[in-house]
Amino acid sequence: MTSIGVIDYGMGNLHSLAKALEKVAPQIAPSARVVVSADPAALAACQRLVLPGVGGVRACMDELQQRGLDAFVRDAATRVPLLGICLGMQVLLDTSRENGGVAALGIIPGSVERFPDPPPAAAGEQRLKVPEMGWNRVRQARAHPLWAGIEDGCRFYFVHSYYAAPTRPADTLGVTEYGRDFASAIGRDNIAGVQFHPEKSQAAGLRLLANFVSWNGETQP
Amino acid sequence: MNNAKQPENGDNTQRQATTPGTSPLAKRIVPCLDIDAGRVVKGVKFQALVDAGDPVEAARRYDEQGADELVFLDITASADNRATLLATVEAVAGSVYIPLTVGGGVRNCADVRKLLTAGADKVSINTAAVQNPDFVAEASARFGNQCIVVAIDAKRVPAKAGSAAPCWEIFTHGGRRATGLDALGWATAMVQRGAGELLVTSMDRDGTKAGYDLELLRAIADTVAVPVIASGGVGTLEHLYDGFARGGADAVLAASIFHQGTWTVGQAKDYLASRGIVVRR
Repeated sequence: MTSIGVIDYGMGNLHSLAKALEKVAPQIAPSARVVVSADPAALAACQRLVLPGVGGVRACMDELQQRGLDAFVRDAATRVPLLGICLGMQVLLDTSRENGGVAALGIIPGSVERFPDPPPAAAGEQRLKVPEMGWNRVRQARAHPLWAGIEDGCRFYFVHSYYAAPTRPADTLGVTEYGRDFASAIGRDNIAGVQFHPEKSQAAGLRLLANFVSWNGETQP
Repeated sequence: MNNAKQPENGDNTQRQATTPGTSPLAKRIVPCLDIDAGRVVKGVKFQALVDAGDPVEAARRYDEQGADELVFLDITASADNRATLLATVEAVAGSVYIPLTVGGGVRNCADVRKLLTAGADKVSINTAAVQNPDFVAEASARFGNQCIVVAIDAKRVPAKAGSAAPCWEIFTHGGRRATGLDALGWATAMVQRGAGELLVTSMDRDGTKAGYDLELLRAIADTVAVPVIASGGVGTLEHLYDGFARGGADAVLAASIFHQGTWTVGQAKDYLASRGIVVRR
């Protein structure tokens, strides 16, 4: 039986994510179940882990640390396929500039940077707004099992003011342009992270979640 | 992998940089559902409400048609109905995989928190923003401006003496109560307080199928730096096009043209793409 653990550490509403996983998981494995929990013991029994997150990075790291989940996630990242979503992706990196600079989990080398405030728009121009909020394209930077059946350049739903800047080019799985190119999907070995919200990205998002459920952690499709 | 993708009409090819000054984000089509006591209803100018079905079924239908977002407005918003509304939001949020905005009777941060916890991605504030503008600032600081939408109901009023510029006034309580507030000044004030998005409804056009008030939209879109959702008056697909191309909106909201099955969201997107609007396909 496959269990997909959603790490619940008090940052944001996990209802939509859990429902989306519950919809796709049985299509991959009929007996698959979704476990939403803050308990490391319950999560340690899962074969897949999802680290979600909405809010500020300092509060996110504090909540993880208070529950002993920071050490748990670092350890789990050496064993099972792990997917970080939005802020849950950003904390996979070493540091974030948000909240005056915060040390994160350091699972993937790199930092989290802020979009520059938009310059004043010339007449007739539309300013790029921060946060980026809406449906943007993701170019697949390299082949990966998470992209199976998803068109290159497909649109996903984004809400964010900060973006990942992984140190190693090979750790970028997907690129999105918003004033600049940024890594909208990252990964190495059995670890992946996406800046967008697959649970809010309709068919493409559900397909990505299904791909994650069926992913064995190998990086070649 | 890397399947050849049929290009979105009117869009750049995907590896080309976006034209400077245009947003890479797709323009959004947003069906709006008026909710009363757990049912979808539709009236014209807030009268003659008719039952238009189950909210979860309607939401699923639009999700499958390719809607980019859904708006639920609780139009009665009485205390008795809050529990029903939260149950509806929870049921809908658990069955669609696109963002969900909920409004109607949102009066304080506790209301905002309950709706977000039930599964709303954004909350729309209307009358309470006029009664207490600081509520918008408080909610935005607490939950982030990305989830705070301010709904502006505006009606045309005579131009000021000595000026030809059109004027609009803010109304509350479903368009029944005048406030004396100028719509453009109010839009600016709301964004300064932390509104992440403005839902702009023309009370003159709502329910008429005569098209959006494009002058109103353009005036607000040119004034504020947050996304504007056009609302009130859609009767044809060309009206949706006008909302983007002439009104400068980032999203268009429509109710009856979708509820009555006149067009599907997919047909609306096909039409918009054929006119050069970048939409998600």
